[in-house]
Amino acid sequence: MLDVIRDVQSETGSVSEEAIVQIAAAMNVSQVDVEGVVTFYHFFSKSPVGKYSVYLNNSAVSFMKGCAAIAKAFEQEAGCAFGKTTADGNIGLFYTSCIGMNDQEPAAIINDVVFTNLTVEKVKEIVAGMKAGKSAKDLVKQFGDGQNQSELVKSMVNNNIHKKGLVLFAPFEAGSAVKKVATMTPDAVVEEMKVSNVRGRGGAGFPTGMKWDFTRKSEGPKRYIVCNADEGEPGTFKDRVILTEMPQMLFEGMAVGGYAIGADEGLLYLRAEYMYLKNYLENVLEKMRKNNQLGKDIAGKKGFNFDIKIQMGAGAYVCGEESALIESAEGKRGQPRNRPPFPAQVGFMGKPTSVNNVETFCCAARIVLEGGAWFAAMGTLQSKGTKLLSVSGDCKKPGIYEIEFGTTVKTLLEECGAMDAVAVQIGGPSGTCIGKKDFGRRICYDDLATGGSIIVMGPKTDILQVVHNFMEFFVEESCGWCVPCRAGNKILTERLEKIMHGKGSATDLTELESWCAIVKSMSRCGLGQTSPNPILTTIQNFRELYEAKIQKGKDYVSEFDFAAAVKESCAVANRKPLSEGH
Amino acid sequence: MADITLTIDGKTCKAKPGQSIVDAAKENGIYIPVLCNYEGLKPAGTCRICTVRVGGRFMAACTTPVGEGMIVESGTPDIEDMRKAIVEMLFVEGNHMCPCCEKSGNCELQALGYRYQMLVPRFPYLWPASQVDASTPKIFLDKNRCVQCLRCVRGAVTPDGKHVFGLLNRGDRTAIAIDHALASKMTDEMAQKAMDSCPVGAILRKEVGYVVPIGMRKFDSKPIGSDIGQ
Amino acid sequence: MSKPVVATASLAGCFGCHMSVLDIDDRILQLIDLVEFNKSPVDDIKTFTKTCDIGIIEGGCCNSENVENLKEFRKHCKILISLGECAIMGGLPAMRNGIPVKECMEEAYYNCPTIDKNDPKIMPNDDELPMILDRVYPLHEIVKIDYYLPGCPPRADLIWEALVALITGKELSLPYEVLKFD
Ligand SMILES: Cc1cc2nc3c(=O)[nH]c(=O)nc-3n(C[C@H](O)[C@H](O)[C@H](O)COP(=O)(O)O)c2cc1C
Ligand code: SF4
Ligand code: SF4
Ligand code: SF4
Ligand code: SF4
Repeated sequence: MLDVIRDVQSETGSVSEEAIVQIAAAMNVSQVDVEGVVTFYHFFSKSPVGKYSVYLNNSAVSFMKGCAAIAKAFEQEAGCAFGKTTADGNIGLFYTSCIGMNDQEPAAIINDVVFTNLTVEKVKEIVAGMKAGKSAKDLVKQFGDGQNQSELVKSMVNNNIHKKGLVLFAPFEAGSAVKKVATMTPDAVVEEMKVSNVRGRGGAGFPTGMKWDFTRKSEGPKRYIVCNADEGEPGTFKDRVILTEMPQMLFEGMAVGGYAIGADEGLLYLRAEYMYLKNYLENVLEKMRKNNQLGKDIAGKKGFNFDIKIQMGAGAYVCGEESALIESAEGKRGQPRNRPPFPAQVGFMGKPTSVNNVETFCCAARIVLEGGAWFAAMGTLQSKGTKLLSVSGDCKKPGIYEIEFGTTVKTLLEECGAMDAVAVQIGGPSGTCIGKKDFGRRICYDDLATGGSIIVMGPKTDILQVVHNFMEFFVEESCGWCVPCRAGNKILTERLEKIMHGKGSATDLTELESWCAIVKSMSRCGLGQTSPNPILTTIQNFRELYEAKIQKGKDYVSEFDFAAAVKESCAVANRKPLSEGH
Repeated sequence: MADITLTIDGKTCKAKPGQSIVDAAKENGIYIPVLCNYEGLKPAGTCRICTVRVGGRFMAACTTPVGEGMIVESGTPDIEDMRKAIVEMLFVEGNHMCPCCEKSGNCELQALGYRYQMLVPRFPYLWPASQVDASTPKIFLDKNRCVQCLRCVRGAVTPDGKHVFGLLNRGDRTAIAIDHALASKMTDEMAQKAMDSCPVGAILRKEVGYVVPIGMRKFDSKPIGSDIGQ
Repeated sequence: MSKPVVATASLAGCFGCHMSVLDIDDRILQLIDLVEFNKSPVDDIKTFTKTCDIGIIEGGCCNSENVENLKEFRKHCKILISLGECAIMGGLPAMRNGIPVKECMEEAYYNCPTIDKNDPKIMPNDDELPMILDRVYPLHEIVKIDYYLPGCPPRADLIWEALVALITGKELSLPYEVLKFD
């Protein structure tokens, strides 16, 4: 269903009531179900989004890099406000959550084309081009590095790879991993994964060998491999770079997974923001099929059948959660499922499914080639191998760093040129915000875990503003299924605002902290279970910022603003508002 | 299959394999509060009021099956306080004007408010701008009062498998909606069933109402859960 | 010890909560023995003549006068009680909270069925009139409230129990039947 809706959206600029009626009839479902899907995703809309729809990233780092000025420039040049479409229906302006370009913010997506490092000048040019009717693709002047220049990508996105390690960015010979795996038994592959001790790179850190073992042992003839390329955690963009530079290795890694668990079909769930890579990736897949690296009897091995389909997302952070991703891939609202059963038991189309991160599959390909022991020789006790980090924010060299697990935050900050860092957000909004006293800590599952997002905050960045931005993100991106996350995050944000506006008391702060615990404990999936972290970890590590905002010695402070409250009615009655007490 | 033995708040309980913790508790005379769970419908786990702690981890008792030797904590003061918090969240998330609500006295959310002796929600009121959808022939859908338990979504299904109710939007804007095409064909029985299954006053039948006098309503004198135990 | 002094007021309420206070039946005589009333519609004392121990307020705040009254009470009362749904969450008047003030006022003064369509449209705007707030506010959003007694109106027994508990310092018992939101 997602594909159908996407086609309607891109062809007609909206999914109208009539379109919903037609889609519902064609798919034999109720209209409300179709509407439910349409209204769930960022990049679908019931009202027209314009011939050119501009989606400007409004994540914290984008704001650090001047998003506000860019937004203003867009509004001025286009002649309409954000959230609206110009009167002639030509240009629509919208905000969207992190688009995976944190190393080159401010950035926006216009008709699937990515525009990075935006300046007011660039905005003027872009809007002029749109008014002149040029295609979005033609508005790209300069292309980025590496494969971003290739014929099928032609994008201005830069890879910004600053540090290469032995696992991800070492040379990889096309076809080598499938050839090698064809000489092994599936048992041996799983065993090798277990020896390597590789843990999932998507954030949760579940041992991949175990996951594959579970999936393999689940009943039934059909199984699936799903690659999670949703990369929605604000601040991560490492999968984007893997997809651009190492797609061959990724797809072979998926084939390795398929071989190990006994799946002949793989799905790459690609976030809508990376639409610009789709043709390029399809082309890689096509080549692999020609070269007997995908398809039937791969690498000449009888019965080694595996092929990969790309499923586009439609803009929803929660779809990175594996069961929500499966729901979405099945064409539904991206709401996580209840577990048990786990995807390894009941996954895509009800069949046992292993969902793994892009980087995890790459590790698998490398492990097959170099051996589990080789891999396990790197890293720390509980975190083996290397990790790709997406570093952004207040640093001189934002971009990709492949580090060995166990590297300290301090070392990383030196490498990326952020010696004046005051705070570092490890693992994105759902992770931890640490201060200077913790810069000696190590990046690994045993200490500071991260799916790859590292956001540096310098002395000029207002940490509470960042916290607020993260909370707004969770309010917006909650799937809405369960109460503590849907209502709770909104409530937490309200209370945070009260404090930020100087209307907080010590009681408010204590309550805020205890409410965070409620949301974490009662929420259904990882989103709600981690969404209070921006508040909690900054109260822990930057309590003084909150203390400075609250009114000391009071146990109650009202937010009530008399003048604001009477303003509207006085205007309606055409009378002068009197001040309080008259 | 053989029975499963588990303990809930220290009480040894017998349960059948595959049974949810909520159902097992009920059969053993222990009340675990629920709001979204409804007999005959697949558990959804939306309200989280039934959250219990097993092995230090929180989980919804309606969607979690019993396991041999499970040690379930349910009625501890901290869990009970978080359940109360959920009730309070629901009261501030919607616009609940109990005094004029037709469901008052028969409402499960309100009854939980009574059970937990909610005097005032600890959270700030959010005052959402919600609407009443009165455009279908048989029912009012008052979104101000919906707790998004999804009972109607799960329960109101046409013979050919189509959903009459569904969720729209995402995040804090998530809201219940009715399929107008299907609702126009709703029978009185379907409307009544939808209304009966709605725990709150969000689904109300047109042209009937306030039939049970105050004092004789479901939760006027007996707390919710008192038919189950403790 | 002198008797505790009690003040009461109805803001954006219907006086139903006050009626419920009177609904404690013959216990009203005990009440008069227990407490002394100051500013209150019960005895028609219009202004505070002394600091009170307990202030009881029904109704939320829908206009500037309510806000001033409420703040007066906070200033003069050691303990403030929100009595009834209106005080606690705005109650029925708060049903307007999702609707823009402009619409509400136009509905009330221009378009409502009791207005003669041929009359000139007049929006009252005398300075003597209270100014209408953008929405109805529960009391605790404006001042600190110490206790809450829900119900519409709160059951007489609840009010009685609460007052006695407060005055005698005994723990408040809440039998199931007395705590209701309607
Ligand atoms: C809200 C939420 C968002 C997530 N987003 C992603 C994501 O974008 N990419 C990803 O690989 N994993 C994401 N995950 C983790 C996945 O649920 C899952 O654990 C992961 O894809 C498994 O792959 P791995 O074992 O290789 O890490 C997310 C989890 C949650 C709760
Ligand atoms: S925690 Fe949030 S994202 Fe997860 S199921 Fe609940 S509402 Fe949805
Ligand atoms: S639905 Fe229940 S809680 Fe809401 S107003 Fe009606 S009776 Fe009160
Ligand atoms: S309308 Fe009623 S049954 Fe349906 S989701 Fe809302 S509260 Fe539940
Ligand atoms: S709570 Fe009920 S009885 Fe009391 S003032 Fe409000 S409407 Fe009247």
